[in-house]
Amino acid sequence: MPKTAYQPSHTSPVVRSRAYFTVRLWSVRHSRGLERIYKFLANIFLKLHPFWSWVGYKRAEKPVVFVEKAVKGLLFDCRMCGQCALSDTGMSCPMNCPKSLRNGPCGGVRANGNCEVEPDMPCVWVGAWKGSQNMQNGNQILKVQEPVNHSYRGSSSWLRVTAEEAARLQKQNESVITTEDLQ
Amino acid sequence: MIQNPYADHGDQLPALPGHSSRGRLERVLRAGEFAVTAELNPPDSADPNEVFERGAIFDGWVDGINATDGSGANCHMSSVSICALLTRVGYSPIMQISCRDHNRIAIQGNVLGAAAMGVNNILCLTGDGVQAGDQPGAKPVFDLDCMSLLRTIKQMRDDGRFLSGRKITAPPQVFLGAAINPFAPPYEFRALRLAKKIEAGAQFVQSQYCFDIPMLEKYMEQVRDQGLDEKCFILIGVGPLASAKAAKWIRSNVPGIHIPDSIIDRLEGAENQKLEGKRICIEMLQQVHEMKGVSGAHVMAYRQEELVADIVHEAGVLKGRKPWKREMNPDFEAVSDAVETVKEQIDQSIDPQEAVAAVSEEV
Repeated sequence: MPKTAYQPSHTSPVVRSRAYFTVRLWSVRHSRGLERIYKFLANIFLKLHPFWSWVGYKRAEKPVVFVEKAVKGLLFDCRMCGQCALSDTGMSCPMNCPKSLRNGPCGGVRANGNCEVEPDMPCVWVGAWKGSQNMQNGNQILKVQEPVNHSYRGSSSWLRVTAEEAARLQKQNESVITTEDLQ
Repeated sequence: MIQNPYADHGDQLPALPGHSSRGRLERVLRAGEFAVTAELNPPDSADPNEVFERGAIFDGWVDGINATDGSGANCHMSSVSICALLTRVGYSPIMQISCRDHNRIAIQGNVLGAAAMGVNNILCLTGDGVQAGDQPGAKPVFDLDCMSLLRTIKQMRDDGRFLSGRKITAPPQVFLGAAINPFAPPYEFRALRLAKKIEAGAQFVQSQYCFDIPMLEKYMEQVRDQGLDEKCFILIGVGPLASAKAAKWIRSNVPGIHIPDSIIDRLEGAENQKLEGKRICIEMLQQVHEMKGVSGAHVMAYRQEELVADIVHEAGVLKGRKPWKREMNPDFEAVSDAVETVKEQIDQSIDPQEAVAAVSEEV
């Protein structure tokens, strides 16, 4: 640790062992591969849109949440905020930031790149920046994120993204048809 | 030399095209002057005179006074009420809003209230974590972050709508600010983050304490390359260190402040450490003034507020410009007294401690 690094005079109320972050840090290091897998799966989910509509998005919610929570919980320490930004934030979940910052690091990051609140935790956003540098769409980190909608907590982000994308595509198709009709 | 171009009793200035607020800070910055702002140490008291006294110390030397919002996660008088008191007597406060203590409902309400009371400048912050303060058991809110806060207030001002889309009959006319810290990792991301803040609505930014000019220069290079200094006014934070011991304490206890070893060595080697701290601050201020792309300075002299006038004067960064100064107002006797005392002290060569002692004894 450099001499100028911020060292706490007392322990933080929140102290977790380094082992807690191992998997999450691995995910950030492998952001490029995970981004590919995400894109692939998102595509499949979108193709399944008729199936989801047939089952009913609401009915599909519970089993999907079960899987989503298990997978993302293991890989990213996902907090199930319900509006996943992982693909925009270098595969480093911003909800793990003690200030739940979704738009970049605060000014309190220590000289060694650790969090100001949890001195033993590497800053989520230092990781996010590194992760985004390896990703194809890494520039998404420059996008200003909307405030979190707390009423989505615990719901499936995968289904929401799929439904929104499907609705967008449908609207696009409709507008193409209407312009064709006009011509 | 410009003689008090904005002299008045602190009323709102006439609206100008291209300006978002009717305040003096925005005028000064848009006129291309080097602006100076300072930070008021919020009182742990319900006595309004304490606020007036603490504001009077900066009288005639600064273009804006920051009212902190529970900085360091310690409880003090709230920023919105400090601003309300300051605007009553004509000062131009910069209201800080931290996302730590309020959710979006409270924040939007406070913005309307503040604007109604004549606050023209709002600085959007995320805020320190609760663990930094004296009540670490408090619930951290962090409903918005500084970026979404900027965007929310921008929407309120420009579209005249709350986050929900509900209409505001008279939108708050405020000049929006944010904070930057070029001295914390990830260094390559910092300038891009400023770009994000500008996109979200920041019109001016104030930086964390600068004690490392080469590091700042590196940051400013990135900022200039992206042309950000033309889209936003950049005010660099400077401040005097009271002693080498204090500097070491700040370095290890206050998150986000970077003090290089050379500064500490210099303080340790000095005979009068307080004087040396002030000298370092003046040098920093002068170097910041010369730096391309910098529009002003934010002088933070925590618990040494009496030094601000001296530092600004000796650094000569105002180049003879005289910022707005309170005129006599018989309704506020306490303030007039405080102002008078400070005025006398300024005409003479200042002994800061005496000035403060005199001010506090008068009332």
